[in-house]
Amino acid sequence: MPDVVVVGAGPAGSAAALAAARAGAEVVLLERGPFPGSKNVYGGVVYGRVLDDVLPGWWEEVPVQRWVTRRQTMALTGTQALTLDFRTEAWGKAPYNGCTTYRADFDAWLAGKAVEAGAHLVTSTVVTGLIREDGRVVGVRTDRPDGDLRAGVVIAADGVNSFLAKEAGLLPRTQPEHLTLGVKEVLALPREVIDERFGVTGDHGVDIEVLGCTRGIPGGGFVYTNKDSVTVGVVVSVKGLADAKLRPEDLVADLKAHPAIAPLVRGGELKEYSAHLIPEGGYHQIPRLHDHGFLVTGDAAGLTLAAGIWLEGVNFAIGSGLAAGRAAASAVASGDVSRRGLSSYRKDVKRTFVLKDHKRLRHAPDVVLSPRVQQRYPGMLADLVEGVFTVVNPKPKPAWSQLLRRAAKANDVRFHELVVDAVKGARAFR
Amino acid sequence: MATVEFRVAERAHIVVDSDVCRSCTTKACVTACPANLFAPTSDGGILFNYEQCFECGTCYQVCNGEGALTWTYPEGGHGVVFRQG
Repeated sequence: MPDVVVVGAGPAGSAAALAAARAGAEVVLLERGPFPGSKNVYGGVVYGRVLDDVLPGWWEEVPVQRWVTRRQTMALTGTQALTLDFRTEAWGKAPYNGCTTYRADFDAWLAGKAVEAGAHLVTSTVVTGLIREDGRVVGVRTDRPDGDLRAGVVIAADGVNSFLAKEAGLLPRTQPEHLTLGVKEVLALPREVIDERFGVTGDHGVDIEVLGCTRGIPGGGFVYTNKDSVTVGVVVSVKGLADAKLRPEDLVADLKAHPAIAPLVRGGELKEYSAHLIPEGGYHQIPRLHDHGFLVTGDAAGLTLAAGIWLEGVNFAIGSGLAAGRAAASAVASGDVSRRGLSSYRKDVKRTFVLKDHKRLRHAPDVVLSPRVQQRYPGMLADLVEGVFTVVNPKPKPAWSQLLRRAAKANDVRFHELVVDAVKGARAFR
Repeated sequence: MATVEFRVAERAHIVVDSDVCRSCTTKACVTACPANLFAPTSDGGILFNYEQCFECGTCYQVCNGEGALTWTYPEGGHGVVFRQG
């Protein structure tokens, strides 16, 4: 019987398996796909510094597409684009900041690290349920013949739909108001065309986050560069999408046709279309993280950070997975895998970025996804800037206050709403 | 969809009970499914094709009808295979 069974060989599961195996535990890592990463999708950037301690020099071997050295945040209306564009050479050398990658490559690489540490990876195996005795989780059932597998601790790293966390009563069965759907297209383009269009060279790349491109459905869009392809997609509230009765691929088509985006993706040949849910409920929706013999980590624990200018998930999965793996191994070693014996997991994530960032930014998802931020402020800001830079001779330049009033009025924004949202925004992003 | 690899399992991992769907007024699955796998039928039910499913879970999250959707993962090693996700 293994000490620890980890369900799901995504970043959270592989990190958990790596940490537990390093700590001396006998670990089995189960993956339902034919290889790690085959079921996984992300939205742009993997921030790798979380690996500094466990895999020193990780950047030498991580399967990177491009290192992101240019970052843009864009507010769109149908005919306008307002862009904050930042670039730095610092992000193009060690220890780097973030990279684009293909999850089939990245996840398989990280799972390989767990295997090197001694974990046993078993692919093509679905965990169909928990084995419970006296209120404790003591193993998992799988779809293999004689597939029951008992273990000291079960770590659920089974992703956003986590049927294990649901079975354990830690996650609600449905919560469309706290989930977003990401859909994206990978478009092949020659490397030199990408370099030229995005203004980068070598292994440097660009990540663009877009607000105001989802026909009023709470969410946003993204464009990022791979070596010889560009990925473009949108992330939208599942509830908002259902209520709007719009098709997600139509929103991607909108984005690709926008005058600010079309020149970047033109002529790209569709290589892959994919979709995935994202838990974007933030701090308040993070479930209880452990039970007797049971830990929840990564997307299964709702640990994706969707705070507007910060959109991160893989790093939170790895950070929480490492903590879960350490807690599981030490609980097994001490002979106490009860809720109390596993409580070091909660303590660990509480003192690191995993919960600290979430707690600090706990009001951010509400602000970012609010109707005014989604539907009116992109237009108001774009109109304001258009007013500033439009020369209306022979008339003199209008005053800022007049331009702001005009932009607010044109976008149905009241002065007191601006004040309220400024206060809310300042509080949410403190 | 021709651009995505699917290792289709014999067993349908999602089963739709069209009788329940007939009383559904929203049929949100029809538009929300990113793979466009839910089609309304002339008698008010839903026709579903599991073979090109992304396994994302959107359909059961937006489903109104208690018991209309039975949602599990395809058997191990089957279903969608993303290479550039």
